[in-house]
Amino acid sequence: MTRHTARVATGAGAIAVVAALALTGCGSGFSSDNSSKGASDLTSSNKPLTVMIGSSGDAETKAVTDAVDAWSKKSGVKASVIAATDLQQQLSQGFAAGSPPDLFYQSSDQLAAFAGNGSLKAYGDDLKNKSDFYPSLVKTFTYDGKFYCAPKDFSTLQLVINTDLWQKAGLTDDDVPSTWDQLAADAKKLTSGKTKGLVFNGEYARLGVFMAQAGGRLVSEDGKTAEANSDANVTALNYVKQHLNDGTFAFAKDVGAGWGGEALGKQLGAMTIEGNWITGAMSADYPDVKYKVVQLPAGPSARGTLQFTNCWGMAADSPNQKAALDLVEYLTTSDQQLAFSKAFGPMPSVESAASTWKSDNAALVPFLTGVAYAQSVPTNAGASDVVNDFNSQLATLKTSDPKTILDSVQKNLEAVVK
Amino acid sequence: MSALAAPPAGATAPKPSPSRRRPGSGIRRGEGAAGWLFTLPVILILAVFLLVPVLMALWVSFSDWNGRGSPLSSGVHFVGLQNYAATTTGGGLAERNFGLALRNNAWYVVFVVPLQTALSLFLAVLVSRQVLRGRGFFRTAYYFPSVTSSVAITVLWLFLFSASGVVNAIIAWFGGNGPNWFSDPRGLWAVVAGWFGMTTPPAWLTQGDFLGVSPWEWIQGPSIAMSAFILMAVFTTSGTFMLVFMAAIQNIDPALAEAGMIDGANGWQRFWRITLPQLRPALFTVLTLGLIGCWQVFDAIYTGTQGDPGKTTLTPAYLSYQASFNDNQWGIGAAIAFILFVIIIVFTLFQRWVLRDRPVSQRRIRAYQPKAARQNGATR
Repeated sequence: MTRHTARVATGAGAIAVVAALALTGCGSGFSSDNSSKGASDLTSSNKPLTVMIGSSGDAETKAVTDAVDAWSKKSGVKASVIAATDLQQQLSQGFAAGSPPDLFYQSSDQLAAFAGNGSLKAYGDDLKNKSDFYPSLVKTFTYDGKFYCAPKDFSTLQLVINTDLWQKAGLTDDDVPSTWDQLAADAKKLTSGKTKGLVFNGEYARLGVFMAQAGGRLVSEDGKTAEANSDANVTALNYVKQHLNDGTFAFAKDVGAGWGGEALGKQLGAMTIEGNWITGAMSADYPDVKYKVVQLPAGPSARGTLQFTNCWGMAADSPNQKAALDLVEYLTTSDQQLAFSKAFGPMPSVESAASTWKSDNAALVPFLTGVAYAQSVPTNAGASDVVNDFNSQLATLKTSDPKTILDSVQKNLEAVVK
Repeated sequence: MSALAAPPAGATAPKPSPSRRRPGSGIRRGEGAAGWLFTLPVILILAVFLLVPVLMALWVSFSDWNGRGSPLSSGVHFVGLQNYAATTTGGGLAERNFGLALRNNAWYVVFVVPLQTALSLFLAVLVSRQVLRGRGFFRTAYYFPSVTSSVAITVLWLFLFSASGVVNAIIAWFGGNGPNWFSDPRGLWAVVAGWFGMTTPPAWLTQGDFLGVSPWEWIQGPSIAMSAFILMAVFTTSGTFMLVFMAAIQNIDPALAEAGMIDGANGWQRFWRITLPQLRPALFTVLTLGLIGCWQVFDAIYTGTQGDPGKTTLTPAYLSYQASFNDNQWGIGAAIAFILFVIIIVFTLFQRWVLRDRPVSQRRIRAYQPKAARQNGATR
């Protein structure tokens, strides 16, 4: 049996050697020094930049690529744009491997996770145009007291109305709802046959506007307490539930549409709650449907809506942060953002672009008006998972008890909000 | 399909060694080293792409790695069973997600494995019949879904089962009103209970929970959305397994069937008493592969519903991905993967035990004996 033991020993030895080799091989690739640097201590080298974007389509990819190329020509630093197929996953891979893209789209709900593990560089205070950004957006991208990244653009939700159906139902401009009761009355008049009055996605990112209008929110403004099961939120969900049950409101999926814009385009809904991205989809897929954008009504508390935003995240491991900062400043200038807006529709994140944008997009002004009273979605680490769970429960809002749903959300939020 | 080549039980019985010479002497000297040399490339490849990643994932499941830099760097700490505890106890969202994923996948397995096994066996018997014309065509047709990309099939399924899709149109022909398949979170049994007027669960079924999921949620069956995935899995995999059964059927000596015919057994009896018992190794292969495939379902969920509606199509494999890449909880993601690994091992061992070779019982022997012999046996 000596042969057998010898074989085992050799085998074990071979595996051990291989494993050791492989591990050291990996290790040398990973280990870059993670020493923390001061806020304005940016790395600098002559390495080319990589910009990774989660693109909505060809128009966006082309606009960003053109802008980055123009900057590249001006500054002499090589830069390339990668349109990610799954941004979140590709970023995670980059961070784990220690070779992330230098700049990338960073969503607000993942900021806490990536900032928390040190993947992001907090460069906000170094921006020359820092004071030009809307304060609420700056606050969204502030984590642990540090302004991490420049808001790329933003969008808000408002009410979008099919004007043909509106007139057919005998409604005029005076009937544009400014209270919940008026919204319900309009929805009732617009409901006929397969068309529901108001159709929107059954998720927090849409129903949240009713919670805001009732004066509620998921997480307190300072981000430190969970207040999901407040009376205001219960009122809001009860209002939606009541009208889901009387058939004047409906979730997009329940009428066979993927989202609110599709429901509006296919006339499955006469009104919907969507953001400014709806314009591109409507002109591309349903060019014959006429619509207009108005402000969402005020609830028991006041007007309210939600805002969504991304920023230009910068990797802490980037070897050329100075050039990356320069590129961000270039991409967030008023002129460049107006060009992006023309190409693929987002709203500029800087106040200096507001008046030009309003005159260029007269029909979309309500979206920009919304910035005055818009709420941000929770940005705490782990909050996106809680919101996912909330969404899964909202799918059955029609038959469940709003208070029970919100109590479970409250319990889950308390675990992540500290 | 390497499992096809699995030797029958008993083939591994030790053979007497032809030579009892001491190793390392004579003409065979150095043969061990040469053997290692020849297998080295494969060992290297397996180690780098299989063993090391698995070991690293195991380490991650016991660590607080947060997704930045190497999991083996100095900043990563050993946290014991903390990730496993968060997944299986603690009452948090992680536990409930895992409970729901297990519930969904368990129902998926309960439906898919028997259905796909039965259907593939049925198809194999059909296309193996000598009298069937155009056998080649049917074999190709049944096998086709298996060689099509699962992403393409999922997209096709999303169209077929959409609210105004083909399936609902066909149901409408028969006067039915099809559900909104991929956005219907109601459990199958809950729907059936609803037909009998039970719309709210009795209170005793909503009390208490296992893995954060109440008894009522455990027993209400796969959601309508998951049922569509179940049909899809049966549709795509039965062709593959049909091939396994076909190969096994062709290996059966036709003389046995003839002997059965001479003894007066009809087709039905010949299938149950002659063909099926000899398909046991193939059956084991199909059940094992089916079970493993079902517990690992990921691609359809990722391309299709991503766990929606109401988390009823969440599976442990997808949850592991989601926890790691979307929620940055790499430890929990790795822990889920290893719990899934243990589940698969346990189920495979259990099924091996059920399908083990057993001595034929007296009761079963009687069925194979002619009447006269049976009477003799009784009088003896």
